[in-house]
Amino acid sequence: MRFFKTYLLPRILMYFLVIVVGVTIVFIIPRLLPIDPIQQMIGQITSTGAYLDPKTLDYMIETLKELYGLKGTLWEQYWGFWRRLFKGDFGPSYFQFPVPVISLIRQSLPWTLGLLLTTTVVSWILGNVLGALGGYFPQKSWAKILDVISMVIRPMPYYVLALSLLLLFAYLIPIFPLGGGFLIGGRISFDLRSILILLKHAFLPAMSLILIGVFLWFQAMKLVVQSVKNEDFVSYARLGGLSQSKIVSRYVMRNAMLPQITGLALSLGQIFSGALITEIVFSYPGLGTLLYNAIFTGDYNLLMGIMTMSIFVITTSILVIDLLYPIFDPRVRYR
Amino acid sequence: MRTLKDLLRDGRFRFAFTVCLVLLALSVMSFFSPYDPYRWNVVPRDLPPQWPHVLGTTSTGQDLFWLLTFAVRNSLTMSLIASMFSRVIAIIIGLTAGYKGGKTEKILMFLSDSFLIIPLLLIILMFAVMVKGRMNLLGLGLLLGVFGWAWDARVIRSQVLSLRERDFTYTAILSGSSTLAIVFKEYMPFLIPLVFATLIGNMSWAIGMEIVLAILGVLNLETPMIGTMLYWAINYQSILLGYWWWILTPVTTSVFLFIALYLMSVSISEYLDPRMRIQRIGRA
Repeated sequence: MRFFKTYLLPRILMYFLVIVVGVTIVFIIPRLLPIDPIQQMIGQITSTGAYLDPKTLDYMIETLKELYGLKGTLWEQYWGFWRRLFKGDFGPSYFQFPVPVISLIRQSLPWTLGLLLTTTVVSWILGNVLGALGGYFPQKSWAKILDVISMVIRPMPYYVLALSLLLLFAYLIPIFPLGGGFLIGGRISFDLRSILILLKHAFLPAMSLILIGVFLWFQAMKLVVQSVKNEDFVSYARLGGLSQSKIVSRYVMRNAMLPQITGLALSLGQIFSGALITEIVFSYPGLGTLLYNAIFTGDYNLLMGIMTMSIFVITTSILVIDLLYPIFDPRVRYR
Repeated sequence: MRTLKDLLRDGRFRFAFTVCLVLLALSVMSFFSPYDPYRWNVVPRDLPPQWPHVLGTTSTGQDLFWLLTFAVRNSLTMSLIASMFSRVIAIIIGLTAGYKGGKTEKILMFLSDSFLIIPLLLIILMFAVMVKGRMNLLGLGLLLGVFGWAWDARVIRSQVLSLRERDFTYTAILSGSSTLAIVFKEYMPFLIPLVFATLIGNMSWAIGMEIVLAILGVLNLETPMIGTMLYWAINYQSILLGYWWWILTPVTTSVFLFIALYLMSVSISEYLDPRMRIQRIGRA
């Protein structure tokens, strides 16, 4: 019960608070700015040469206000925003008009989640194992080589690295497709050929995310291990005649892993943004590409839908990580 | 000066310092450019690198080398504005949270945690989409500054937390210094190097963000910046048409810039950490 009160309750409270803050920001930003999406839209329509008489215009403004949830006072709008959110209703998309935003998001979310989940898990595990070994044996030549590589790859922003990989492996040495998630017009079925094509398209985006991720975790883990290595229990284990591999895997790594789990929870938002950017570079059919289209067509509803959805996805995954944390850290469990 | 000399003993810092000097020289050269970067078709189009167009020319009829000088200057200025501004916020929030403690600390740390968790890219994008193209360098810098402080505020807070427990704090309090005096006179000297190291890291973040925003076409695309150079290169299909000099110029420049900024911040923070410094002296 105490565990629930001191550990679980604050996390769950934090979860809801962050969602409230995030959704409120999403709600406020478009209203803060001196730009009226409805006026913009009408400007777009009239600029194509269509004539609207004043009465139709008024009627149109009313309907658009209704559609975009811009009716009433700010408070009414705010509550309306939440009410519609609970129903999963983000209004219609503008660039594919009558299609509701939520179904567009539903189509692309699995692509993003699949890419994000695999790359995050793979890079976190790989980066931590390499980092632990590199931190424990810093004099080995492979550790030094890894160090140099990490110094080059770690500072790259997602966009530049993804673009470089694309130039290298799709244009100079064309082994991988230039973009897309599947053959154009092809149908996805559950056979070997289909899966191979899917993997081939996913390889480069996944590779660029994994490369950045691995070296990020590698460096962080190396620093932690270097300080854990000098603790008394490690010298004791060494004096007790335990084998090197056992010390690294059972004692050093288990202790050094804990800050890394917290780090994962804190940097998930950035990793998510990175995944969106990578998808845009490789025109991978996930949320990132949807975002790209939303920006180019000025589709506010879709933009807000994607933002709200991303906030939900990220906060929920952070909550999951927080709830799993006691499994790795007995001190939290038995407090 | 002595600090610089000490730092220059580190090979990584030497490399970073050289790259930064070259980039600075480039941005100074922009003042002597024979071409106006805002005008198109001033030189023959699509020329590969040759004299007098050292880096070739673009399909829009601009000289890449001189365009690059403007781009480097603008990107560096923007990132400096962004990181300076966010440093101010980070220092205020970190100091207040660390020194005051209690409820204030909880609220401020919750704020910075939310800023860390929420996908900032999307929020910045939303802002940028709505003011589309109307943002100048200063506006972009301030926008990125408003969102770039969260992590560094935490770093500063943890430093202040440890300073608060040291003896000199109590001496100062007992001898009647006001809170403000303690914070600015006693703590600031300890914080300035830390702030400088995070400033460089933040600059690199701001430039990365600028590139993404430019690629998505939500910046003022006429201002020459590293991001907008990339945007035009991609927009004119320079990859497919084989104009490698056009796409490679901004890509290579940004790669060097990012590596240099990173190495510089790593080298400085290692230099600041006394344990690391002793190790390095032992090695040298």
